Amino acid sequence: MESFFEWFKLLYDNTGINLPFLYDSYDRDRMWNGFLMTIKLSVVALFFSIIIGIIGAWLQNSPLKWTRRIVNGYIQIFRNTPPLVQLYFFYFAIGALLPKVSNGYGGEVPILGGFAWAAISLSFFAGAFNVEIFRSGMEAVPKSTTEAAEALGFSRLQIYKDITLPLAFRVVLPALNNNLVNLVKTTTLAYAIAVPEMLYESNQIWSDNVNVTEMMIFLLLAYFFLVGILVWGMNRWERSLKIPGFGT
Amino acid sequence: MNWDDSMPMVSIKDVHKAFGDLEVLKGVSMDIKKGEVVCIIGPSGSGKSTLIRCINALNDIQQGSILVEGQEVNDPNLDKLELRKKVGMVFQQYNLFPHKTALENVMMAPIRVLKQSKAEVEKTARALIKKVRLEGKEDSYPGELSGGQQQRVAIARSLAMNPDVMLFDEVTAALDPETVNEVLQTIKDLAEEGMTCILVTHEMNFAREVADHIYFTDRGVIVEHGSPTNFFDEAKDPRTKEFLSQIL
Repeated sequence: MESFFEWFKLLYDNTGINLPFLYDSYDRDRMWNGFLMTIKLSVVALFFSIIIGIIGAWLQNSPLKWTRRIVNGYIQIFRNTPPLVQLYFFYFAIGALLPKVSNGYGGEVPILGGFAWAAISLSFFAGAFNVEIFRSGMEAVPKSTTEAAEALGFSRLQIYKDITLPLAFRVVLPALNNNLVNLVKTTTLAYAIAVPEMLYESNQIWSDNVNVTEMMIFLLLAYFFLVGILVWGMNRWERSLKIPGFGT
Repeated sequence: MNWDDSMPMVSIKDVHKAFGDLEVLKGVSMDIKKGEVVCIIGPSGSGKSTLIRCINALNDIQQGSILVEGQEVNDPNLDKLELRKKVGMVFQQYNLFPHKTALENVMMAPIRVLKQSKAEVEKTARALIKKVRLEGKEDSYPGELSGGQQQRVAIARSLAMNPDVMLFDEVTAALDPETVNEVLQTIKDLAEEGMTCILVTHEMNFAREVADHIYFTDRGVIVEHGSPTNFFDEAKDPRTKEFLSQIL
């Protein structure tokens, strides 16, 4: 392994192509941690955005007028404003209003750090789209199918959980795919509030090494493969959920 | 209220039902005793389907009374689950759950709604599938079955809840002519075993053969009723005569 890394040192010496995150252990750790941070932020935001989507779509069908209005208001706000502005809003506006806690060294730090705000902001951003995506899927489930469940004695929640949601999921997977791909790419915005994810760490490295071109090419390829893996996984999932004779 | 099986199983009195301004049922009354097979026939738009959908509270009524084993259906505090345990329903479009196999379709309600054990339910479900002559199709999805086969699964699914009365809403209307008979045969078997059945149907020969009592509805009222022989051979009302002359 060490000789593999050494090769990139030679590459730099002989050609000037500088990839310090491979041959320099300090930069390597930075890059690796940035990569892990991007994965962590993506997974957390993916998870909560889907939860928000499922619950929001359920609440959108609520018999209570105000519940529906609040969900619709949420969708409008988060869909019609830029995600970077939302992130700044959460971090600088809401964050400043929250109490600070002692950091144990006599200083004070905000109760929620950059990562938490990025996760919250991105979950709400993608969640707003997910609500609409899940709603479209639920509307594709024929009323006669849920009526049959009703006639068998299923409750409203049981119908949603056992009939509507599993069928809607299959309808919405392609649209959900798109939104989740966008979400993973949008995690780079966390750079703006100094969350040490992949773009942020790359910036640190190119500032120290003045190898902007190499880092840009690397970043492009890194995101290409990262999102590629997500798309591959989602496509496999889509295939595994396929029901013989349904939706064809 | 105490009910015993010498009293009508379903007792409908002066039922009125309107969708907005459109009055669909204008004072319908009928009694169905235990073990009786009742066919409701009439031109489309005469309120037949609406009437049987009111029996298991899929539609509510504005006026009148429907008693199912003594339980009042026209009651804002109606225990729908209790009612639907007693009343099974089969629909024109089968309405199977497309993401579940035939066996799972039959097993779902007893497990989820009646909270019975899976092993026990599976045994009865397999017996029911055999009863509707679909052995070997347990693991097929609805999309892989013909219309007639799907409809028989739907009948088995309804029987799995062990209802006291079965409602059939034009269950052969969407089928190919050659599969109509297999479904009718299944219903005939049920009737012969003593199941109380209320059918909305256009199959006049079938009605003549299996029904104990026939009701003819037109424009929201019962025009005429009687035993099949009386009804088909000695109809008195001009509207009945006209209808019969068109379809026989």
